[in-house]
Amino acid sequence: MSIFLTQPELPFCKGCGHHHVVRSTVKALEAIGVRPADVILVTDIGCHGIVDGNFATHTVHGLHGRSVAMAAGIAMGLPPGKKVIVYIGDGGATIGLQHILEAARMNVDLTVVVHNNMLYGMTGGQPSSLTPRGFRTAITPDGSPLPHHDLCRLVYEAGASYVARVLGVGDFSEVLRQAMEIEGFALVEVLELCTSYGVKWNPGLRLKALAEETGYTLGVWTRSPRPVFRLRAGAEEPLGPRGAGLLDLPPVEVRFSSLLEGRWALILSGSAGEGVQQAAEILARAAMAAGLHVTKKGSYPVTVGVGFSTAEVILSRSPIFYHGVHEPDAVVITSMDGLRNQQGRIREMQRGILWLDASLPVPETGAEVRIRDFRGHAGARYAALYALWMVLQETGILPPEALLEAVQGTPLADRIPRERFAPRGS
Amino acid sequence: MDTHRVLLDGSRLVVESCVRAGANVYVGYPITPASLIFSYASRRFPIALPAPDEITALQWMAGLSAAGYLPVTATSFPGFALMVESINMAYMMELPMLIILVQRLGPSTGTATAGAQGDLLLLDGLISGGYPLPVLCISDLKDCWLLPPVALRAAVEMRTPVVLLSSKEMVMTQASFDLSQLPEIEPVRQAFYHGPGPYRPYDPGDGLVPPFLPVGSDHDVVRLNASTHDRSGLLQHTSEEAMANTRRLGEKVEALTPVLYHLDEQEGARTLVVSYDITSGAAREAVKMLRAQGVPVSLLLARTLLPVPAIYYEVIDRYSRVVIAEENAQGQFARLLFGRRIPPNIRLVGAVGRMVRPEEIAREVLAP
Ligand code: SF4
Repeated sequence: MSIFLTQPELPFCKGCGHHHVVRSTVKALEAIGVRPADVILVTDIGCHGIVDGNFATHTVHGLHGRSVAMAAGIAMGLPPGKKVIVYIGDGGATIGLQHILEAARMNVDLTVVVHNNMLYGMTGGQPSSLTPRGFRTAITPDGSPLPHHDLCRLVYEAGASYVARVLGVGDFSEVLRQAMEIEGFALVEVLELCTSYGVKWNPGLRLKALAEETGYTLGVWTRSPRPVFRLRAGAEEPLGPRGAGLLDLPPVEVRFSSLLEGRWALILSGSAGEGVQQAAEILARAAMAAGLHVTKKGSYPVTVGVGFSTAEVILSRSPIFYHGVHEPDAVVITSMDGLRNQQGRIREMQRGILWLDASLPVPETGAEVRIRDFRGHAGARYAALYALWMVLQETGILPPEALLEAVQGTPLADRIPRERFAPRGS
Repeated sequence: MDTHRVLLDGSRLVVESCVRAGANVYVGYPITPASLIFSYASRRFPIALPAPDEITALQWMAGLSAAGYLPVTATSFPGFALMVESINMAYMMELPMLIILVQRLGPSTGTATAGAQGDLLLLDGLISGGYPLPVLCISDLKDCWLLPPVALRAAVEMRTPVVLLSSKEMVMTQASFDLSQLPEIEPVRQAFYHGPGPYRPYDPGDGLVPPFLPVGSDHDVVRLNASTHDRSGLLQHTSEEAMANTRRLGEKVEALTPVLYHLDEQEGARTLVVSYDITSGAAREAVKMLRAQGVPVSLLLARTLLPVPAIYYEVIDRYSRVVIAEENAQGQFARLLFGRRIPPNIRLVGAVGRMVRPEEIAREVLAP
């Protein structure tokens, strides 16, 4: 008995092509000369998938249709030299088609053996996407009305290194050996007839004739070598963190002070692309530089580039456990998008101050309304930052210089029209 | 100690913490509100892979875990739903990995940019057969640093997928934060089997967790199996050995999941406020407000959600009133604790589409 097998008796029906797949696989492995511990057999769900116990290699038995994805994870993680083989049926290849195409595109180093008997054998003979037109199954007794996927062609187009289609009779170990020896993605489609269901529903049908009639072309298709997707060249290669760490974040030093005793919540709302989130973040940093605790969150439609953009900033003398804003102290609106987004909240305001751009209609509100020409003065791009600067001027919550200081270190540092940010009245 | 105050979000802390704890592969598929974690991870993890969908993500993780890596992903319900079968697979194969579930408003695609705490009961029934899945939950920014190593260690030591639960506002809100308060993280080291063999991948010996050996090992062959299997990893129908093996999966999680919570009991308090995840902040604030008013009140913030630690019942039983606050309509944690028949002394505070407010919790504490 082969070193790759634990027992020669295979668990398949008499005459099933799966026998030939296993025998040819074993012969191919022997020809390559690897050891059982170099081989990882990943099986899908189906009759072929109960073969694990017969193999003396590593075996992994996973989900229906997902074997190629799991095998891709294994193969990309292992050093070169290991042979990852997937056994999958035409049903599994149907569910997991995307996994197969993706592994081919990436050129992951594995060999997929598709046991294509053109129906689901284990569950009683239902059609898959590889069932050819006219082929009769338990639930298409008049013949399948649709053509099959040409899996070999799809996989080749997706970038596979080696693709072959063979008749699952006799010895096709030479094709499997080539597929396994090529470094990169290889797929061998083995055409079979399920003796229990395929033959039952299509009596007298010959596999070779069926292949010819339905356009299941036999052959081998290869392409010149291209890079194989592997995470590491060798197992010894160390795996360390990359890039800047958390401690590389520059600290915000306390250089200003604030008279704020409790908690102060501001809503800033304007249009996407007008620097609302950036301005709010600058305010948050300015508050930190004045020794306060802050939180800042943004909300915007899923289409980030259009519509409203709203930021909520809380400044507090003591740590902030709860960062929701129910009744804001300040609402700052710089554009129509922002006004529309916040109109419900503005209507409900019983206190606080509403700063509104001069271009906008004045909404109904219980808040004190202050109309300012943010857009006219600073332009659309800097209206939000300018509005916050005005708010600080008028409230004294933070020194306005803290805001300008916080602009340093942002991409705005060299761009903002500083002359516009002069103390009022000067 | 010198302070190191920065403006950051929880996603960044989670990623840094995972990396320092020894997680070495991040497999990502973008989804709001978990995408920040993906983008930080892609710049910081030793290896970061963009997957073409969430099923592939979990399958790659399973393959990588089988090969000896320690993988992490983050997603939200729509992606998580696609992962469910594969998480069951990893649970059955006993593959360590960490899945960060960032909750958002459902059902279905719901509102991607609104927070929620709506997925706890899903997690409770996630493993077919009712077996427990370890679920830890972040309750503040500091937990974003402290919990990933606990979760990763639990995943490795129990050989199981672990879920770290969070929600949109918890990982996306930026806040001032002092990095100098963060303790060093001890990396999780994966110990691999090196016995005389033959290696039996599901033989726990005298314990509950079998030693781990990656597939592809030169030492011995490894058999992993998502179907009912014996100690060797071979397919079985319902043999006694195989059923005992399946039972063990639940037993190890029940016995070994770390129990983490924050308990702040006040002398003379008759009411206990219970919360978890994002609502923990409102609960803390409510307790602070009440105490400032001279109302004694205690606080329990749950970090281990599943399996439910017995200590929670002990603590709850000490109070004549318990207010459970969470951002959903049903009181999912309350249902987890008490089923659908919530005792009358258990009061629920919930919200949908917005955060629970501290005032709402305080009002329930004070209500007649
Ligand atoms: S049912 Fe069909 S596919 Fe399955 S072993 Fe028997 S002949 Fe082969």
